[in-house]
Amino acid sequence: METAMSAREAAQAPPVPRIMMENLHFFYGETEALKNITLALPQCQATGMIGPSGCGKSTLLRVLNRMYDLYPGQRATGRVMMDGENIISPEIDVNRLRSRIGMVFQKPTPFPMSVYENIAFGVRLHERLGRAAMDERVEWSLVRAALWDEVKDRLRGPATSLSGGQQQRLCIARSIAVRPEVILLDEPTSALDPISTLKIEELIDELKTDFTIAIVTHNMQQAARCTDQVAFFYLGELIEVGPTAQVFTAPRQRRTQEYITGRFG
Amino acid sequence: MRRRPSSLVLRRQAINGLALGLASFATLLGLIALTWILATIIVNGATALGPQLFTRDTPPPGSMGGLRNALVGSAIMTGLGVLLGTPIGVLAGTHLAEFGRASRFAETIRFINDILLSAPSIVTGLFVYQIVVQPSGHFSGLAGVLALALVLLPVVVRSTDETLRLVPISLREAALALGAPHWRMVLRVLYPAARTGMLTGVLLGIARISGETAPLLFTALNNQYFSFDPAQPMANMPVVIFQFALSPYAAWHALAWAGALLMTLFVLLLSVAARRLLRTGSA
Repeated sequence: METAMSAREAAQAPPVPRIMMENLHFFYGETEALKNITLALPQCQATGMIGPSGCGKSTLLRVLNRMYDLYPGQRATGRVMMDGENIISPEIDVNRLRSRIGMVFQKPTPFPMSVYENIAFGVRLHERLGRAAMDERVEWSLVRAALWDEVKDRLRGPATSLSGGQQQRLCIARSIAVRPEVILLDEPTSALDPISTLKIEELIDELKTDFTIAIVTHNMQQAARCTDQVAFFYLGELIEVGPTAQVFTAPRQRRTQEYITGRFG
Repeated sequence: MRRRPSSLVLRRQAINGLALGLASFATLLGLIALTWILATIIVNGATALGPQLFTRDTPPPGSMGGLRNALVGSAIMTGLGVLLGTPIGVLAGTHLAEFGRASRFAETIRFINDILLSAPSIVTGLFVYQIVVQPSGHFSGLAGVLALALVLLPVVVRSTDETLRLVPISLREAALALGAPHWRMVLRVLYPAARTGMLTGVLLGIARISGETAPLLFTALNNQYFSFDPAQPMANMPVVIFQFALSPYAAWHALAWAGALLMTLFVLLLSVAARRLLRTGSA
């Protein structure tokens, strides 16, 4: 009953922003890498971040889960609102924030342990599950990441012996096992072959039913195929944002047009 | 139709040949020395080998005996030294690689550690003599343990620091991105990733301290009798070898050779284990 209601509401109302960035600036030391970004990530939609290398799109993802905290000299100003809280404020518990906003990196990063333990590692950080519940969670996340059939007989084997595409899906499974609300994908297919890429694109489409997604990509076809909204960045500025179909068929800005048609970048 | 090689090419070929020849000669020289040492130890040591080495203690002059007390003493002191030095070394190395990173403090520690690493071990022996043996008034196994731990420490610090820094940054970020606290990332992700390198460091450290003589000469000294009591002077292989080799008695000479052979075999075994570990770990 409740889910039917919210589904109907979602279909009618404009998409609810899950994360709202307002006047966000980001600095690497003295260099300003993001300039006054205001951008919403709509709930349960995929937002594509495109733009030439060094334009700030990966930086933006690293702001959202506070990855930049690791490095002295990097800082963000402005507001990034999620559930009424500014997630870049120092009072936020970063570890809890990262459990709500997961991230998948460009290169697969399996931990040096078994397939099963790779997934259980993240879950154990935030929840105490019994054996059966953990088994169930591992299976659930591997099924959602379209990897279960390939690894169900080698859950105890080392994750590093999986193929590159499998490793990347394992990393996605590892992220969703923590049951985040938002998943950030930083060029997740740039190191993969076309078949693995296709699998992951299908997966992104599938994951949108439950998760809000932000994906950085250099591949225009990929952005067109699996996002609902596209944001074009250039030299740290957000040039244009809009529904994917509109940005790709009728961009409002000349620079967006030039970039997506391959005239620069 | 082949072109004659130019004078430049000919000169390079000549230099190449010369360099290769010199390098091969140097290798040969090193190998000859090594083989000579090994052969001497094996030839002289093998004649003295026998079960009595492990069942009887070091004898007084003029009678027969073995090396039991020295073997046990060395095992106890090396073991305790490893137990003492490894945790401190691993923690310090972890701090350098993970928490101190490029801070001034960490750079200073790294520098001092490198000095400690190459300092003559007799300095360590004298240091422990000064702070433990002299105040307590007598030599003891514990002082020996402390000296050996101090020799081991910089080896473990260095290997931990270096292997941890070899772990790609992406692995750290991946663990932290799941919401892992820093310490848990180090414990559950970095240590397993760096395990073989760290273990190899400890093994090579053991190989080094098991043969150290100078730090023990001023601390554990030696003990003619079989003893488990680390508060008393303790027998140990290096000092026994040293004393027996310098003695005028033929029986003692034989025991010293046998001890040298045993130590060499032990270190060889450790090195092989470390190599095997590295190979399986990196595969």
